[in-house]
Amino acid sequence: MNHIIEVENLSKKYRISHQKEGLRYGTLRDELTDIFRKPFLWLTSKKKSKEDVWALKNVNFKVEPGEILGIIGPNGAGKTTLLKILTRITPPTEGKVVVGGRVGSLLEVGTGFHPELTGRENIYLNGAILGMRKKEIDKKFDEIVEFAGIGKFLDTPLKRYSSGMSVRLAFSVAAHLDTDILLVDEVLAVGDAAFQKKSLSKMQNIVAGGGRTVLFVSHNMSAISSLCNRTILLRDGNIAAQGSTPQVVAEYLSSRDNSSGETVWSFEDAPSSELVKLRAVRVLNEQGKVSFDMDIAKPINLEVEFWCLRRTKMTSFFHLYNQLGVLLFFTANLHDKVWGQMEYKPGLYRCSCKIPANFLNEGTYFVNAYLCNDINQLTDVRKEPAVSFRAYDFGTGRGGYIAGQWQGLIRPLLPWTGSRIEDLP
Amino acid sequence: MQIVIKPKRGLANLDFKELWSYKELFYFFAWRDIKLRYKQTFFGIVWAVIQPFITMVVFSVVFGRLANMPSDNIPYPIFVYAGLLLWNIFSNSLNNASQSLIGSANIIQKIYLPKIIIPAASVMVTLADFLFAALVFGGIILYYGFMPHFQGLLLLPLLLLITIFASLGLGWFLAAVNVKYRDVRYALPFFIQLLIFVTPVIYPVSIVPKAYQWLLALNPMTGVIETFKAAFLGTIPTNWFTLAISSGVSILLLIFGLWYFLRTEKTFADII
Repeated sequence: MNHIIEVENLSKKYRISHQKEGLRYGTLRDELTDIFRKPFLWLTSKKKSKEDVWALKNVNFKVEPGEILGIIGPNGAGKTTLLKILTRITPPTEGKVVVGGRVGSLLEVGTGFHPELTGRENIYLNGAILGMRKKEIDKKFDEIVEFAGIGKFLDTPLKRYSSGMSVRLAFSVAAHLDTDILLVDEVLAVGDAAFQKKSLSKMQNIVAGGGRTVLFVSHNMSAISSLCNRTILLRDGNIAAQGSTPQVVAEYLSSRDNSSGETVWSFEDAPSSELVKLRAVRVLNEQGKVSFDMDIAKPINLEVEFWCLRRTKMTSFFHLYNQLGVLLFFTANLHDKVWGQMEYKPGLYRCSCKIPANFLNEGTYFVNAYLCNDINQLTDVRKEPAVSFRAYDFGTGRGGYIAGQWQGLIRPLLPWTGSRIEDLP
Repeated sequence: MQIVIKPKRGLANLDFKELWSYKELFYFFAWRDIKLRYKQTFFGIVWAVIQPFITMVVFSVVFGRLANMPSDNIPYPIFVYAGLLLWNIFSNSLNNASQSLIGSANIIQKIYLPKIIIPAASVMVTLADFLFAALVFGGIILYYGFMPHFQGLLLLPLLLLITIFASLGLGWFLAAVNVKYRDVRYALPFFIQLLIFVTPVIYPVSIVPKAYQWLLALNPMTGVIETFKAAFLGTIPTNWFTLAISSGVSILLLIFGLWYFLRTEKTFADII
């Protein structure tokens, strides 16, 4: 067998009749009284009220040994269902999977952790649940403890740990799981930023260690981009795209939003809070025209319009993401002498900022818009992403040199100088 | 190594090789349950002793003294405690096992494992309680200066096996039903309370009319408890016929429980 995982026509159906009535599991009594009240119910209406939902439909793909495959897609696309079938947690409805190796799964970190047990005991319990043998755990015990950084709390019950500590411990146990195939679901999204970075590099080590096949589900496009060479995009239970990671990631991100360069809401259905309603988010070119296509050599204006419903302080800010899901920058009008952190009377307002010319790289960008009354508090209104645009290099201002996307996140046109120092010796 | 994942219909098959490879997890589950049983309680493990002891005292006063229940010429506390000792394995097993899958819902939804080990581990835990309760039994026997038939203890492993078979069978069944119908939580304590009255814990089988004794024997705990009292306390000659019926029923329960569990297992992760 050339492939370590072969997925053929895989489908999974969920029947959601109970959920529709707001019941997850029925009680015997309900079913019994139904039998007496409507003895033929099951013959007629019940069949109709049942609704089949295909979480996965005819999914086919193959994975080669040692490959790191990314799986992305919007919520409810079937990513987790796919992993649950591959780990045998739940059986498929149709189709077949052939797996050629020991499978370890990290659908969640800290499964089976018990607050009353100590760190040491939880390492053994959690390790065993993940499928590690006691000997294996013994061997890796020190490494696990060290990576988690919980040394002196080893014999303290888990309930006395900070949430960060228990998450670190959980990830650490999971990261030391040693199987031929590893299925990973969103586990990098735990802990603080520093630990996430450490986790990501641990994942990179696992990947670089070689031999291992990893299927990696994430919403973090930069993690996907840095770990996986091939990626599958799932949408509504189908494979919408598969291929090289940058291509598939770009396709996923650009499919998420419209390409008009502006998003406008009516007063009734605008994203709103007690204080503000969002009216529009736009991308404008140098001439003040709304557009999806921008010239990287010209300034780009980001604009937000909102209604203030009451007299309040208000701050507008934007996040700008690139097509890999990397946050390029965060900008706010806090420093603005006229509009930043000032009292706004009720009314319609427009605030905008200008991205300088020759600053962005070529590519697709996503703008998240936020309005917030107190910068230290939660935002009042958020829209993620509110609008997207594409920046092209038309060759102006670059000495006629066009090479599409350059390396690096941004591509500032910096002042360069040069001078001749002396003649050859 | 190659695994083929296909749609599952009918019975899940029992893979003994796989089960064996999960023996450590089975051990860890049992160890965890024992460890957690009396965590953050003041009396700790003493509870394993207090519970049967107090029950024995209450039963002795109510049934032994007030109701003058016959006890085959044995001090009533010894008589009733002998029954409770084995009865508690059975009733605690059913309670533990029926809640075990729900208690591990998180694990079932996130990790693949042969699920039959979860109720099974919770049944094994009751044996730990049994050991502590047995120590107290020794104490009571000494207190009364009673001379038991020690050769009767040779039958104990068999009796424990029958008890465990019956507990596992019913435990698997109740655990599986409880995944779908949470009624078990309310029905079971009630059922166990009633069941003790059709088990010769507080009374000897001899007060039941001969013609109906076989009916009582359909309850596997009848054979177990009656045989234990006969062999260890020397109340009456051991009734091998009753024991045979009870053994048969407990094996049937084991098979039925296993069958039902394997039949429903595939849906657990989706509906729990």
